[in-house]
Amino acid sequence: MHEDKFPGHKFLPYLLIAPSIAVIFIFLIGPFGQSIYESFFVSTPFGTNTIFVGLRNYIRLFSSPDYRSSVVTTFKFSAFVIIVGLSISLAIAQLLNQKIRGVGFYQVALIWTYAISPTVAGVIWASMFAPSTGLITYIISKLTGGYMMNWMTNGQLALFIVALAATWKMLGYNIIFFLAGLQNVPGEFLEAAQIDGASSWKAFWRITFPLLSPTTSFLLFVNMLYAFFQVFGLIDIMTHGGPGNATELLVYKLYRDGFIHLNTGFASAQSFMIFFVISVVAIVQLRIVTRKAIYFR
Amino acid sequence: MSKMTRKSRYSIIIHTVLILLIVVLVFPVFFAIITSTLSFQESYQYPPKLLPGNQFMNNFKEAWERINIGRLFFNSALISIVVAIVKTILALLAAFAYTHFKFRGQGFLFSLCMITQMLPLPVRIIPTYQLMAAFNWINSYYALMVPFFASTTGLLLFRQFYMTVPADLPDAARVDGASPMRYFLQILVPISKTNIAALFVIEFIFMWSQYLWPLIITTTKDMRVMQIGIKMLLASEQIAPEWNVIMAATVIAMLPPLVVLLLLRKSFVEGIAMQTAK
Repeated sequence: MHEDKFPGHKFLPYLLIAPSIAVIFIFLIGPFGQSIYESFFVSTPFGTNTIFVGLRNYIRLFSSPDYRSSVVTTFKFSAFVIIVGLSISLAIAQLLNQKIRGVGFYQVALIWTYAISPTVAGVIWASMFAPSTGLITYIISKLTGGYMMNWMTNGQLALFIVALAATWKMLGYNIIFFLAGLQNVPGEFLEAAQIDGASSWKAFWRITFPLLSPTTSFLLFVNMLYAFFQVFGLIDIMTHGGPGNATELLVYKLYRDGFIHLNTGFASAQSFMIFFVISVVAIVQLRIVTRKAIYFR
Repeated sequence: MSKMTRKSRYSIIIHTVLILLIVVLVFPVFFAIITSTLSFQESYQYPPKLLPGNQFMNNFKEAWERINIGRLFFNSALISIVVAIVKTILALLAAFAYTHFKFRGQGFLFSLCMITQMLPLPVRIIPTYQLMAAFNWINSYYALMVPFFASTTGLLLFRQFYMTVPADLPDAARVDGASPMRYFLQILVPISKTNIAALFVIEFIFMWSQYLWPLIITTTKDMRVMQIGIKMLLASEQIAPEWNVIMAATVIAMLPPLVVLLLLRKSFVEGIAMQTAK
């Protein structure tokens, strides 16, 4: 590792990290521990009393069809946002990386959706797809000779449109990172492949794509966090989790159970399940990154 | 010769594809801007209008009065700027400590900082809310800002950069008799400019987009933020949403992060390039 650049200052480093550590303890680790603790209790209606119930909140969770359907919805939604979003962004970044003229302009013109909030994305897409009056609804009815698309009554369609809006918003961010990753792929590798007669398609999958895997796995993790949580505003604006519970993602259900129905114990159990999923993905991601790093050293 | 034409044909295709993509990408925002300039009747015209009207100021005034945009905009700007600055300062200090000193518990304390990534708001939301209630912080700027002060992104960004700083830099400072803090403030922070700008962009946009936390932690009209204002406009819906008024507020809500991104674009892209290079 590194050496101590300022020996003799034993106290200073602790002082420097103290603010960060304090925030992490008070607002992150503390509440997280408390959340696990509360997941073993239920509170009486007016919050006057709490009763220890052991694993009952978790059992209730696993046996709830609503929860299971929310899990399925979340995975469908995230799979769409991640797979479609990352593929399109990678393709666009690859196009941008062709040493064409006007890269600066294209960069600006393609990355700005990063600055759009999920809420803003939601309200714009909701208006474009508004049943019977929205612009896209109009275009589709013209094209199909009168089909009136209504996602407020069609659950699968609602999930699809919500996922499209979410993917659109994230393109800018993904393009920035893929482009940065692509620019770090050494040109000599690709030239060597070309001299060996490999097609550019082959060179991409054999050379560029593996070298890009730290960026890809980082984006996988970030996009998962995005699809799990940050889209809350988009869902709340567009569908409120409906129709029925067709777009009720885990984070939306958690909000409803915890802050509308005030079922704190039940919601805390949901929090822990979400944490569990994140940690599994984070560990897998870390594995991929470290393995590749060693592989290419 | 034939190679030249093939090459130029290839680049024409690329340019065409990219332009088409941009059109598709920009269209929703273009549509929002158009809608914000129409009257209520025009916004429901069939076929839909794709040319701007002249009602923006009226719609804007209407939205301003309904949700008090002035106050909401101020709240959003304040929390985004303060949180971005505080996060940057905390991350700079921590990265300095982790890269320039050796101390007991260093590895453990570093992983503690990394854990932040695994604990996004939803996995601790109920106790964090209860904590705010206990501090009497509901409906306050403290509640909107303080829980966001820890930043893994910033720590990683600066740490990565500081590990590449040549060792003679701190050595020279030490020989000259400069204290660590003086070295930090006069040498390290100034050469971190690009990364500071990049982090500011990331954190500003992150904070400006917050929705779930402001939704539950504020209840008074005065403490709401722009994102919640859009929801309030939508919820006050009669039979048909007044998209023209809603979009006027939406256009205002999307401006600040866009301006920040465009102004600091160069540093931002460079900062990310440094981060992905390894």
